[in-house]
Amino acid sequence: MRIDGAGLINRNKPVTFSFDGRSYQGFEGDTLASALLANGVRLMGRSFKYHRPRGVFTAGSEEPNALMTVGRGAAQTPNVRATVQEIYEGLEARSQNRWPSLSADLLSVNDLLSPFLGAGFYYKTFMWPRSFWEKLYEPVIRRAAGLGALSGAPDTARYDRAYAFCDLLVVGSGPSGLMAALTAARAGADVILCEEDSAFGGRLNSEAEEIDGAPARDWVQAVLAELDSLPNVRLMKRTTVTGAYDQGTYGALQRVALHMADPGDRPLETFWHIAAKACVLAAGALERPIAFPMNDRPGVMMASALRSYLHRFNVAPGKRVAVFGNNDGARQTAEDLRAAGVEVAALVDSRPEAELPVGFNAFKGAQVIHTKGYMGLKSITVSTGSREEVIEADCLAVSGGWNPTLHLTCHMGARPVWDETLAAFLPAEKSVPGMIPAGAAKGIFSTAGCLADGQRAAKEALKALGLKAKASDLPAASDAPYSVAPLWQVPGKGRAWLDFQNDVTVKDVKQAAQENFRSVEHMKRYTTQGMATDQGKNSNVGALAVLADATGRGIPETGTTTFRPPFAPVSIAAMGAGARGKGFAPERFTTSHAANIARGAPMIEAGLWYRPSYFPRPGDAGWQEACNREVGFVRNAVGVCDVSTLGKIDIQGPDAAAFLDFVYCNTFSTLKEGRVRYGLMLREDGHVMDDGTCARLGETHYLMTTTTAAAGQVMKHLEFVSQALRPELDVSFTSVTEHWAQFAVAGPKSRALLDSLLDAPVDESAFPFMGCGAVTVAGVPARLFRISFSGEHAYEIAVPARYGAALYGDLVARAEVLGGGAYGMEALNVLRIEKGFITHAEIHGRTTAFDIGMGRMVSARKDCIGKAASRREGLSGPEREQLVGLRPVLPEGRLPAGAHLFSENRPPTRENSEGYVTSTCFSPSLGHEIALGFLKNGPLRRGEVVKLVDHLRGVETLCTVCDPVFIDPDGGRMRG
Amino acid sequence: MRITCPYCGTRDLREFSYRGAASDLERPDAEAPPEEWHAYLHLRDNPAGVTRDLWYHEMGCASWLVVTRNTVTHEILACDLARDVALKAREAKR
Amino acid sequence: MRFSAWQVLKEGLTGNRGWGAHWRDPEPKPAYDVIIIGGGGHGLATAYYLAKEHGITNVAVLEKGYIGGGNVGRNTTIVRANYGLPGNSEFYSHSLKLWEGLEADLNYNVMHSQRGIINLFHSDGARDAAARRGNAMINQGDDAVLLDREGVRAMLPFLDYDNIRFPVYGGLYHARGGTARHDAVAWGFARGADRRGVDLIQNCEVTGIDIEQGRVTGVQTTRGAIKAKKVAMVAAGRSGQVAAMAGMRLPIESHILQAFVTEGLKPCLDTVVTFGMGHFYISQSDKGGLVFGGDLDFYASYAARGNLPQAEHVMEAAMTLMPMIGKARVLRSWGGIMDMSPDGSPIIDTTHIDGLFLNCGWCYGGFKAVPGSGHVTAHLIATGRPHAAATKYRLDRFATGIGLMDEEGTGSQHNLH
Repeated sequence: MRIDGAGLINRNKPVTFSFDGRSYQGFEGDTLASALLANGVRLMGRSFKYHRPRGVFTAGSEEPNALMTVGRGAAQTPNVRATVQEIYEGLEARSQNRWPSLSADLLSVNDLLSPFLGAGFYYKTFMWPRSFWEKLYEPVIRRAAGLGALSGAPDTARYDRAYAFCDLLVVGSGPSGLMAALTAARAGADVILCEEDSAFGGRLNSEAEEIDGAPARDWVQAVLAELDSLPNVRLMKRTTVTGAYDQGTYGALQRVALHMADPGDRPLETFWHIAAKACVLAAGALERPIAFPMNDRPGVMMASALRSYLHRFNVAPGKRVAVFGNNDGARQTAEDLRAAGVEVAALVDSRPEAELPVGFNAFKGAQVIHTKGYMGLKSITVSTGSREEVIEADCLAVSGGWNPTLHLTCHMGARPVWDETLAAFLPAEKSVPGMIPAGAAKGIFSTAGCLADGQRAAKEALKALGLKAKASDLPAASDAPYSVAPLWQVPGKGRAWLDFQNDVTVKDVKQAAQENFRSVEHMKRYTTQGMATDQGKNSNVGALAVLADATGRGIPETGTTTFRPPFAPVSIAAMGAGARGKGFAPERFTTSHAANIARGAPMIEAGLWYRPSYFPRPGDAGWQEACNREVGFVRNAVGVCDVSTLGKIDIQGPDAAAFLDFVYCNTFSTLKEGRVRYGLMLREDGHVMDDGTCARLGETHYLMTTTTAAAGQVMKHLEFVSQALRPELDVSFTSVTEHWAQFAVAGPKSRALLDSLLDAPVDESAFPFMGCGAVTVAGVPARLFRISFSGEHAYEIAVPARYGAALYGDLVARAEVLGGGAYGMEALNVLRIEKGFITHAEIHGRTTAFDIGMGRMVSARKDCIGKAASRREGLSGPEREQLVGLRPVLPEGRLPAGAHLFSENRPPTRENSEGYVTSTCFSPSLGHEIALGFLKNGPLRRGEVVKLVDHLRGVETLCTVCDPVFIDPDGGRMRG
Repeated sequence: MRITCPYCGTRDLREFSYRGAASDLERPDAEAPPEEWHAYLHLRDNPAGVTRDLWYHEMGCASWLVVTRNTVTHEILACDLARDVALKAREAKR
Repeated sequence: MRFSAWQVLKEGLTGNRGWGAHWRDPEPKPAYDVIIIGGGGHGLATAYYLAKEHGITNVAVLEKGYIGGGNVGRNTTIVRANYGLPGNSEFYSHSLKLWEGLEADLNYNVMHSQRGIINLFHSDGARDAAARRGNAMINQGDDAVLLDREGVRAMLPFLDYDNIRFPVYGGLYHARGGTARHDAVAWGFARGADRRGVDLIQNCEVTGIDIEQGRVTGVQTTRGAIKAKKVAMVAAGRSGQVAAMAGMRLPIESHILQAFVTEGLKPCLDTVVTFGMGHFYISQSDKGGLVFGGDLDFYASYAARGNLPQAEHVMEAAMTLMPMIGKARVLRSWGGIMDMSPDGSPIIDTTHIDGLFLNCGWCYGGFKAVPGSGHVTAHLIATGRPHAAATKYRLDRFATGIGLMDEEGTGSQHNLH
């Protein structure tokens, strides 16, 4: 219930929200948990395995119990920590992992079966009969498992990613963090201060502490005001630093608008990359529970959480509160409760020597050995060893001591170090380069100590940054010592929970040890201890202590599991922000894109580019009809196709020819100026990398083309060869793919079209087959190449990209006048298959020059990339599958790509597979399907009938092996 | 990870792509025996510790870099232009 | 003790006091017939099958940390036999058949779940490649179905079909593919091997391999010298260091592969899905977490942790393909050390040193291979001859160029996979 006090809630701003359909009121500044507690709600969730009723346990992101689903429809968000989620007007929260309701959950039957469902039980059963695993056992298990549910709808909300740079990143804004930020900021360092909470101040917001004789919050406000006034400081609250990565890179998740009823155009969350020269880890510490019997009742919570609710939210989580601890936190909690006017049912301190204040029902050297109250705590049983007493209480605050929040120090592989005095792990020295742990994160627990250590850490960071701290005094604060007497487990009747969410008990850990899962990693994996949504933040150290005890080893010898990023869970949408839909990869558009769209062409992806598939016309029966028509344009008249997507690399320099001789397996130094040559490029492993034409534009000037897909790879390769392998060659190159719009003009009337277009008709002597040179179009300098990928008399014309759209329109219009028109990728593919020209369907990375019938292109007279490796015996010879053409024996026979090839009388098995089909099409010129493929010893088997089998599509076709060139094998049309 | 390119300064890992051991710079002669080519192409020291490897500042200046780096800690000890390293190796050979 | 529902019941009624150790922790003996270096999935399975299939039980598995602590304990748990090239085809087919009988064989529920795998493709060319692979799977005797876009939609209605950067053209469905509980696989093999007399020796790092006159005679370890007639190096990401002790340089580079798991969610994904354009694969575990991964970080590393760019790239792929998982939160990420071979396929072979065997090069696909790899490696060690399902995993294939198995077609050079 709500009590008086000066917390961080705004009592002038009531907020209405709902939980499980019931409406409640809280105040601005409340979390879901604090507002529900204020309304007397204790039951907030169910555990994962036994579906036990659970209440809120913490006041932070480490909450294992109070996980809820927030929002509806596409906004539905599962597994939201009620302890982190701030309430806003209209917020809808629902409990999860229960059916039909939170108070009556049928799966709580698991709790009765718990003797049979202990650690690792599922590895020992559900094996018979075999088929029942997928059909019965697993579906039942899957349905019962999981916490909250996704909506199933696409997450269309806005998320963002951002980048920041600083001298010093301060993680956490308690006394250490604020002092560190202030010290560094005053010295002129660029500081980013990240605070996971919605308010800066850390524990100072949750304790009755004083600094310089005034409430600590006054000091927090003063420091914040100063930091806020400095231009070199960025204050980021609601920002969790999630991971530490190499060279001072940190990931951080900012909850930008998750606390708003209407985010407007803000992102819900932003994922930050922060590059920091230094980092002060002032992330504080997490209080840990004690594993006493039946310690999981709703109403049992951490003492520090209780103080948070008391001081920050002005909520008393119970009417009669008991306190149980092994350190002075218990006494402090009891005193705070009393000061707030809340009845303290008992103060139980496990330390016999503890000094407890008067006026409490106090027990020294005592332990809570049992509790009652299935749906909410009703009583506790306290044992002093000699006597037991049952005490009524509806809330029990527990403190088992503190664990420094050192998770980020482990992200780069360092293991924390056990400290016997503090009974806690501390950050290892130099665990993350540039990261300086400070304050409670380093095991310093007094406010005064934290203030001093924050300043010390900042000074250390400043020194490394080459800056000097300004002299300043430390504020005065409490320097109460921290003394803790380790207490991990309390023996007694009943289960004692370690991992609350995953229902891992002391007994489970002991059983794991009994079954020889003695390594801490084995125990974790066998019991699922520490694998819940808190990743063991609450339970790992306790479970480790139990395991150490069970195996007769000390805690340091037992070791720890590894903390890995993220520190707190990160939504996939935030980390992948911007990629939804088309955002996943850039889109590249040719200058003809708009014209192709206007013509109704379906555009298909070609690498990052889009190219037209075909150009439909009214009345077409389907794409095939359009494709056949466009093939006809090229074969009979003239077709136009945008080929700008092919990579173009401009290569210049005195050694350009020598360079090309080295990267191509054939020779380019002998190429005459004004001529083009087909080039084949190998990888150093002797397989084909890419092919294309290369034109010699001048003595020291070449223009290389690559395939669309391999343009980037080839460019990188050329850079490597030039910089790393042949640095002595004087050659420069640059990608000019975007600079030039280039169009294929192909077909018997291509010359006529160009003659009508160019400022001067095509000069046959300057442009024989494989000739190239400069021309002008309407006064615009252009390049003309007489090359053909269709087997027809053809050209490619290139103009500066700004003229591309205009030229394309002109070319298509002229082609249409001549009985042709634009053709798309489908037709282009047919044209090239008919001619046996290869693409990456054939040079798919595993083929050699030998395989594609170009073995002799690997020049014997010079070295080239891939030459040595291509001489390996396995890269040529009759066992290789080699390029062939395939035509069906019967004209209706189908030749689907992806089918395998077999000798006619052999069954279609792996052992008998002799090849496969790579490219196929219906050839309008021949009236049947044709295909390219690879067949063992193929070129020597021309005329042989082989069996093509496509199991997937139910096709079996007899086909004849033939030359891959189906049309105009002599090339007369192309040359003529 | 952040790598300090000699031309561009310290940049995020996103800008770089990787090739592998810097032994790729030591390409054998065309007529070197097959064993030498096999070793060059395939066999690797693959050290758990300090290594030298080739990176490409693909989203930056397009320089190939030789990065001296620890494969266990990801500490970066040096970053040189592959061109300089290759030329120096040639000088030494002469 | 035999595991069964009956035993679980009986123990439950008697306080679960009767469960014994799944395996012993013996002191190393002075000598063994076979020593296996590496107590990961492959090493444990090798030991198990040596004992079970070949009656060779005087075997020690030496593990420098805890058994199952390498990649078998940190992967995305996918089990499949959907390879396209000879060599891989028969091997993974063999392995999948072993998976299908593994629980009965091991008397350990490894939760092998054949929930199906869909490999999506995003272009006509990729469809042709998928068809070729699917046909190879059927040629091998395994299962494959080529789904068109509507077929995929019927199974995975929550993918983005309307606005995705690389549209879904279809998928290759492998019904017998699925997942398994990775740790249990290691433990099941460990328990099975232990019960047959194999010594599993944890916290025992091999520091040297003893070779006399071209023959292996034993190993040096942090727990003393141990003699052995045969030694198998099954050290995955650490293969380079282990082989160096025998004076060998391997065609292996060790790389990081990151993987991710979300908080537990109610069932939303039945099958395993892979995204052809984004190097992204995902399934949902029986506990409810979405388990997913992507491509290598792409730099040599033994750090067993990755960096942000690749992690973000994986999330980006998730968001473009199935934006319905946007509000799932990543709970944990981890990195494994992958033993990358030049062609992306493994090596299981003898070496030039008598009695010394090599099993490595699993790249990022070692988990599904565990039973098969153990089975054929045991065969090789016991008989000196390769098993029929693993004749092509030769160490010399890179030198000869014969039988390279570059499934991705990216090259048989390092760092192209």
